[in-house]
Amino acid sequence: MIGILDYGAGNMHSVEKAIKKLGYPSIRIEDGTCTEEIDQLILPGVGHAEQAMIQLEERGLIPYIQRKVEEGTPLLGICLGMQLLLEKSDEGNTRGLGLLKGTVPYFDDTKLKVPHMGWNAVKDAKQHFLLKDLPEASDFYFVHSYFAAPTSSVDIIGLTDYGDEFASAIGNDYVMGVQFHPEKSGEAGLKLLDNFCRYAKKKVTSC
Amino acid sequence: MLKKRIVPAIDVLDDKAVKYVQFRNPTIIGDPAELGRKYAEDGADELIYLDTTASLKNQELKYEWIRRVAEEVYIPFSVIGGVRTIDDFRLLLRAGADKVGVNSAAVQRPELLNEAAAIFGKQCVVLGLDAMPIMREDGSIERWEVYTHSGHENSGRDVVEWAQEAADRGAGEIICTSIHKDGMKTGYDVELIRLLSEKVSIPIIASGGAGKLEHISEVFIEANADAALVASMIHYGHYTIPEIKAHLREYSIPVR
Repeated sequence: MIGILDYGAGNMHSVEKAIKKLGYPSIRIEDGTCTEEIDQLILPGVGHAEQAMIQLEERGLIPYIQRKVEEGTPLLGICLGMQLLLEKSDEGNTRGLGLLKGTVPYFDDTKLKVPHMGWNAVKDAKQHFLLKDLPEASDFYFVHSYFAAPTSSVDIIGLTDYGDEFASAIGNDYVMGVQFHPEKSGEAGLKLLDNFCRYAKKKVTSC
Repeated sequence: MLKKRIVPAIDVLDDKAVKYVQFRNPTIIGDPAELGRKYAEDGADELIYLDTTASLKNQELKYEWIRRVAEEVYIPFSVIGGVRTIDDFRLLLRAGADKVGVNSAAVQRPELLNEAAAIFGKQCVVLGLDAMPIMREDGSIERWEVYTHSGHENSGRDVVEWAQEAADRGAGEIICTSIHKDGMKTGYDVELIRLLSEKVSIPIIASGGAGKLEHISEVFIEANADAALVASMIHYGHYTIPEIKAHLREYSIPVR
């Protein structure tokens, strides 16, 4: 069962539809009291980082996510949901969930059109299962003004060129995120979501 | 590198995809969701639905077809037409639209752009801008002015000034239609699109005038448009999206 975290994010329904199309069962997790057995978690997100953290907090979802991650449940953040995985965002100068080390700065709008909007290529940086069986440098749909700057290059799954290269997919085998919208990226996006559902496995924790 | 986008525009009347012949006599060409899915499978980068339904009694019908598009199409789509209030934005987004376009209502009350961006985020606020050139006596173009109400009323506003103001207020991108080029199949208004691309900090979608492949490469190369809207070129079966993209690749224009 895939749990989709529901905190009012704009793209929750499209993520849900994409998962359904792929044939996986999913439920919405609306607050921290959910006791359903969950195999994988998805944190969608569109909008403002500070507002999103407030919404997650109010619904008691922050301790829920932390507990699930500690238990070894794989988590995929999408767009703003990915940015929230890091420690801190410049958008509203807010703290994030801190599940990955790094920050979320703003693009240099003196040199670039911001938001970065449209289709751009994602280069595979470490043969992560999210990009498995996808053609090298597949295009995905992006809409964002802030981007992930993970502290360690070990946490870079995919790289995209916009002025400079930035980390467009980040994380490890258990906590991961993508800056683009796989739910709006046609076949390539559906393949990436399928990879998450298929290959992200619960970490075996010793008692 | 960011790719240049090819964006099919689909006119919708009630809950049917239609084609207009000389801006009237709509003929049904299919179902909005099925047509959208077909174009998405063909390689469209995004879809724009121009809702021409005027009657209020058909509003619920509108949300129904948008919901079906959202079910079947896995690329972004915008809905434009008749949007006047924040509630209109909310209902269209809730039905599944990724972006909502606003045109006349933003000219009349520009604060609508600030309010929509603050609530829903810039990424889903699209400004529809209809432009008409103002000529000097020698026949050269002096400037462009903004028209509203489907091109029937001249607001008297300068296009570049309005585009800049709209971007500052919260529009995330602009679809600029040159009224005098629309339906002519003689090419986009390259001069205007170039000017907007230079002066405005948000993406510009060129609309109106495409009739052959060279028009599309021209608006990317000569005017630096971010996206090109195509309608009759593909609806009538003269060209396909793969043909358009193959043509653009020949000119080394980055496409998906």
